Amino acid sequence: MIDNNLTRVLVRDKKFLSIYVTAGYPKLNDTAHIVKQLASKQVDFIELGMPFSDPMADGPVIQETSSVAINNGMTLSLYFEQVEEIRSKSSIPLVFMGYYNQIICYGIEKFYQKCEECGIDGLIIPDLPMTEYENEHQILQEKYNLSMTFLITPQTSNERLQKIDKLTTGFIYVVSSNSITGSTKNSSNQTIDYLKRIGQTVTKSQKIVGFGIHDHETFSNALAHNDGAIIGSAFLKSLNSDNLETDINNFINSLKQTS
Amino acid sequence: MNNITIQNLYKDGYYGQFGGAYIPELLHSNIEELKQNYLDIIDSDEFQKEFKSLLKDYVGRPTPLYFAKRLSQQYNTNIFLKREDLNHTGAHKINNTIGQILVAKHLGKSRIIAETGAGQHGVATATVCALMNLECIIYMGEIDIARQAPNVAKMKMLGATVVPATSGSKTLKDATNEAIRDWINHPENTYYIIGSVVGPDPYPDMVARFQSIISIEMESQLLEKTNRNYPDHIIACVGGGSNAAGAFYQFIGNEKVTLHVAEASGKGIESGETAATGAIGTLGVIHGSRTLLMQDENGQIIEPYSISAGLDYPGIGPLHAELICSKRATLHSISDDEALISALNITKKEGIIPALESSHALAVLNKTTFSPSENVVINLSGRGDKDMATYLNQFNLI
Ligand SMILES: Cc1ncc(COP(=O)(O)O)c(C=O)c1O
Repeated sequence: MIDNNLTRVLVRDKKFLSIYVTAGYPKLNDTAHIVKQLASKQVDFIELGMPFSDPMADGPVIQETSSVAINNGMTLSLYFEQVEEIRSKSSIPLVFMGYYNQIICYGIEKFYQKCEECGIDGLIIPDLPMTEYENEHQILQEKYNLSMTFLITPQTSNERLQKIDKLTTGFIYVVSSNSITGSTKNSSNQTIDYLKRIGQTVTKSQKIVGFGIHDHETFSNALAHNDGAIIGSAFLKSLNSDNLETDINNFINSLKQTS
Repeated sequence: MNNITIQNLYKDGYYGQFGGAYIPELLHSNIEELKQNYLDIIDSDEFQKEFKSLLKDYVGRPTPLYFAKRLSQQYNTNIFLKREDLNHTGAHKINNTIGQILVAKHLGKSRIIAETGAGQHGVATATVCALMNLECIIYMGEIDIARQAPNVAKMKMLGATVVPATSGSKTLKDATNEAIRDWINHPENTYYIIGSVVGPDPYPDMVARFQSIISIEMESQLLEKTNRNYPDHIIACVGGGSNAAGAFYQFIGNEKVTLHVAEASGKGIESGETAATGAIGTLGVIHGSRTLLMQDENGQIIEPYSISAGLDYPGIGPLHAELICSKRATLHSISDDEALISALNITKKEGIIPALESSHALAVLNKTTFSPSENVVINLSGRGDKDMATYLNQFNLI
């Protein structure tokens, strides 16, 4: 049984708020500081993005912050050092979000082992195919006590939803519309139908909705139909002054109340 | 190695350990729809009839297999050129776009997207979209748009919208990322025409099938000209690898045929300015496919370099990764300078101005000695019109 900071938080009876942070952005060593500040604002868990040169499931904002971080000198080894730094002060659940190529390059088992060692709790690897997960990764993730999150979209069939619900050991990442991260489409009747369908089909896992949440209204909508929300692009865009602390406080406050 | 054919090399979406579909869930339904339907569509009589008729009357196939007499004398062997440069739009790329646009129509799609580097695939896509009256959006790196102005003009005249890719290094790999993102955002009405044997399964297989017409024609042409339906050697350049896949297709199982892959080493394999993926690439995942790719020690994809925009790709199709790693194909790394020398040579000897990409295949003649009795086919994948600015500049012709 996988038991880590993330699984322990996910059993709580509440609506979750998660923030996506690009590691190494805006400055190489800002990561731990940003996460600490988010934790102090009652953010429930962090998706910590490992920047990749070709993030095909992500939109322009995450691609841009990733480029900046790579140019800052961000590497997977530094990523693990930053995770250790965060872990030495906080037990906030940390979910690795990154692309499969970097894991292959690092060495698959070595990667999972290092994740556990440094204090990563969960994983999102958007381009890891489900069959490869079942054949090779599931057993390693169990060995190293890591929780796996899968994405679902309005196009995901009920049969596939059930399978994903069964395989998930973290939460299910509900993509709100057919769009890459950072889009700002509004919710429509179609979206409501989709959320209802998920509600009926996904029985085991927590459903956290992401993609396109950027203000109080989209945030409250997301919470009304799901177990929580993940915010990425809008958060990264808000880091635009010299004072990260103020930016973060303002952003989280604006989500929680109407402006 | 008995009985290796393309059919049993390609299993469950993989060529050996290479291939597969490493895609986010957001693309799952698009790829699944294609995977479930492409073979039935391609095998249908209706498709075959339309495909063949367009290749003949619109593209101008069969392309000649030309015995290059003076080149043969120069190298003291028998050299045949497969004249893909004589296709409509000037390269093999249109064999694939004709095939895929028909698949898109059968799937009921109304909007076509594609990526392009040099603009050859973009032009070939815009051409078939005009022909079929379908909306066409071409993603092209901002830097490539600036350096390939004539092809951008053609795409626009053909009615396509050319969208600059402004992310990353602003070249082919980023145009591909943007096209993938567009597809994610339009999962229902849009079809993505990939330009080479790259990307997630089933694209590499589908594109190879459409390009296989090159080697199918070669068989009967060789029989007529040499009394044998196979050559001793086939040489093709590889960017993603579609012209090579088409030229090799019928001969992969015939061990008497040596397959030569010519990739671009740019300023040299060790120079840091290269596109020699077969030589220095390592295992990874790029654009949905597990294959060899150029990456740094942190798994970040390295921007390639070649004088030839069509070979300037940091990955290689999974079929070729397998052919190279299993030693079924012989790998040659050809530099900018070697390609240029060969371009000028064939122009003077045969009166054919080749594409810079194809010149990399021609340069293999200077790397390997063939015997006087052997028959060597070089796949002349495209013509040099698009490269005239480079040639004028390099050869001091202005
Ligand atoms: C004439 C020509 N040859 C070869 C290529 C390389 O593509 P591939 O390796 O898919 O044949 C290109 C690509 O633009 C091309 O225009």
